Amino acid sequence: MLKSEYLLIVVGMGVVTYLPRWLPLLFLSNRKPPRWVIEWLELIPVAILSALLMPVLFTSGEPRFLYLLKPELLVAIPTFLVACKTQSMGGTVLAGMIMFWAYGAFIS
Amino acid sequence: MINKIKMPDQDKGMGSGLKQALLAAWPVCIAYLPIGIALGVLAQKAGLTPFEIGVMSVFVFAGSAQFIAVSMISGHAGLVPIILTTFMVNLRHVLMSSSLALYLGRISSAKLSLFAYGITDETFAVNLSKFHKGHWGFYRSLAVNQIANMAWVISTVIGGYSGQFIPAGAFGMDYAMIAMFISLLVIQIRGRIYLVTAIISGGLAVMLSLMMPGNSYIMVASIISAALGALIKNRSCRTC
Repeated sequence: MLKSEYLLIVVGMGVVTYLPRWLPLLFLSNRKPPRWVIEWLELIPVAILSALLMPVLFTSGEPRFLYLLKPELLVAIPTFLVACKTQSMGGTVLAGMIMFWAYGAFIS
Repeated sequence: MINKIKMPDQDKGMGSGLKQALLAAWPVCIAYLPIGIALGVLAQKAGLTPFEIGVMSVFVFAGSAQFIAVSMISGHAGLVPIILTTFMVNLRHVLMSSSLALYLGRISSAKLSLFAYGITDETFAVNLSKFHKGHWGFYRSLAVNQIANMAWVISTVIGGYSGQFIPAGAFGMDYAMIAMFISLLVIQIRGRIYLVTAIISGGLAVMLSLMMPGNSYIMVASIISAALGALIKNRSCRTC
């Protein structure tokens, strides 16, 4: 591949990645949106996190299918408990990694 | 008109700012390491040099879009399809940027433009939960973004050089990202309406992900379930 074409691809990707991250910040940060928008935006983070996470735990393959015995899901149950108990991200990440590693080494 | 009102200095308190940012950012860095290395290895196999991979990570800083772009490059796809796909994959950040905007009032446009560069799924979630807890301000959140960005660029370059020597799945690193999202989700659930929204969104996302390819289910499920959550909140209990 030509170097200049690669650079063009990368710059184009950069622009279309930056715009969705930039425009809302610019237009929403210095004005007060109506109450219903605030109530909606307050629930967006929890909705996004759940929407990012759950398909990873419950589906597999390409095209995706429902799969309920994924190691990721089985390890997620104790990881959830650790997260609830400790409320600590670092602790949860370490515990999840150790449990996933142990599952691969000893159980599967 | 320049706004002269002094904003409450949320960057103060709880020790030095950079230390606080590092404490918040390290799990993100650990989560980026295996993914960045994996991307570097793939990119190397697609014929890119470590330098070219690093340049992409600096310009784009978006893991999933970069994976797709690298596989498209190795399939000799053209410029326009690659850029369009990147746009679709990263459109979900509109929602994250909008949520963060609630906490970044009275910050100059130039600073916001700098901050926008570093909004990813992970830095968004970390900064938002920190903003909720208080003692968090613009500079700390910018530091988290940039520390995570550095970790990302470095790990993709490492992958380009030496990825083939690191065994896949070493030390359970593949699970770092999932565990991080689990912990962030738990931290975000601050009341019954948050739990209800999470359940609706998770269920909807799983259903939609089975029906549509790509990752647009993330946006669709989030928009609908947050709206349903707000509706339920207004209908039943105003306090929960």
